[in-house]
Amino acid sequence: MAVTGVAMLLFLVGHMLGNLKIFFGAPEFNAYAAWLRTIGEPVLHYGWFLWLMRLGLVAAVVLHGVAAYQLSRRDRAARPAKYAHRRQRASYATRTMRWGGVILALFIVWHILDLTTLTVNPRGQAHHPYENIVADFRNWYADVFYIVAMLALGLHIRHGFWSAAQTLGANNARRDRALKALANALALVLTCGFIAVPVAVMTGVVS
Amino acid sequence: MKLTLRIWRQTGPDEPGRMTTYDVTGISPDMSFLEMLDHLNEELILAGDEPVAFDHDCREGICGACGMVINGRAHGPERTTTCQLHMRHFTDGDTIDVEPWRAAAFPVVKDLVVDRSAFDRIIGSGGYITAPTGAAPEAHATAVPKPVADTAFEHAECIGCGACVAACPNGSAMLFTSAKVVHLNVLPQGAPERESRVLDMVGAMDAEGFGGCTNTGECATACPKGIPLPSIAAMNREYLRALSKGR
Ligand code: HEM
Ligand code: SF4
Ligand code: FES
Repeated sequence: MAVTGVAMLLFLVGHMLGNLKIFFGAPEFNAYAAWLRTIGEPVLHYGWFLWLMRLGLVAAVVLHGVAAYQLSRRDRAARPAKYAHRRQRASYATRTMRWGGVILALFIVWHILDLTTLTVNPRGQAHHPYENIVADFRNWYADVFYIVAMLALGLHIRHGFWSAAQTLGANNARRDRALKALANALALVLTCGFIAVPVAVMTGVVS
Repeated sequence: MKLTLRIWRQTGPDEPGRMTTYDVTGISPDMSFLEMLDHLNEELILAGDEPVAFDHDCREGICGACGMVINGRAHGPERTTTCQLHMRHFTDGDTIDVEPWRAAAFPVVKDLVVDRSAFDRIIGSGGYITAPTGAAPEAHATAVPKPVADTAFEHAECIGCGACVAACPNGSAMLFTSAKVVHLNVLPQGAPERESRVLDMVGAMDAEGFGGCTNTGECATACPKGIPLPSIAAMNREYLRALSKGR
């Protein structure tokens, strides 16, 4: 959980920063997307870096999901009887890790069909990501789904980052508060950074 | 005080149980929660009914026998053991739900009594040090720095009550096991078994059917002895260290 989660988190920070290039206009953003395919040349062939990245990310998502499923099965079995006196346990972010994770998994599928394979994109023009994104976020349902998923992401990271520090043995009494603060900061920055793009399209800042 | 109690009654390990309602009167706010149950049991016995079975021993908050879930909280609303919880923390006319610890690894024996021997087996797998028997050694023979002694003592406070497991939505025993591992692993006396201790105790914990940790933090909130949540990280650190050393 922790290792794959942190790997995905590192990717997301880079991805979010890259997305923000959309504010510099279509030529620069599309050139950035094209550059992604040339990383590692001439050692790697054109596009290979991107495919290696995709391979690693798919492995991380699948392993993360499998581990989450196994952990949840084990946890349910360890606690078969419920208390008659019910009360809320733990924070909202902590309680929503499982269902939030499912929302993220669905989002990832849609996101790939939308902007990678362009299968469900309203414009779907290869090598023109800027125009595809603008076409996409002119639909209210794409905006809603995207924003809901990014809020779920923020909650997932809020608990997940600190939880991973616990799991990997990186936490201690002195660092505890700083790590929680860092988890909140990461969650906030990633959520706001990702949401900035659909909001910019909706408000006409990016068109 | 007058109270309505809803208590889990179950005649045996394989019998079905249910919440049963009792009205009790004549409770003093100075009674402990266990004394209040004693009071109820005296009335039940006089009426020819079966008294409520519950575990207890020291009644001074040090043995860890007296666990029960009161209004959905392990050991009730105060951060202490059930024997040290006093009725002044409730108000006249309250309805109080009393249930046994709930975890697959802690099967109910009767009413509020659960079998916590899974904890004993975890301790048995590594919660000891290798020391020559005979006369006690000179206390200053092995120097222990003050911060290390403090850490060891903080974790030695764990009384094995099981509130952490009862409070955890995953029925995980990570806080208990981390208290035991950290207590001995930081001390020079515990050094010879430092690696095998953490590997064996975590192995025993998993074999008992406790759940996996998702760091909800419910355990540390419920712990009457204030074992801190980062202790779990400390145990994970010991575990990774032991794995990398190949035992
Ligand atoms: C495929 C979609 C996903 C599912 C089904 C999922 C599900 C889960 C579950 C069930 C947990 C364990 C619950 C807990 O620790 O309380 C978890 C933990 C975590 N997740 Fe995800 N998640 C997904 C996507 C992500 C993404 C995209 C990230 C990247 C930021 C991420 C980062 C983490 C981290 C860092 C942890 C903590 C690991 C630990 O406690 O050791 N997850 N996830
Ligand atoms: S860690 Fe705390 S709650 Fe758990 S058994 Fe020890 S004293 Fe009880
Ligand atoms: S009876 Fe010993 S701790 Fe409560």
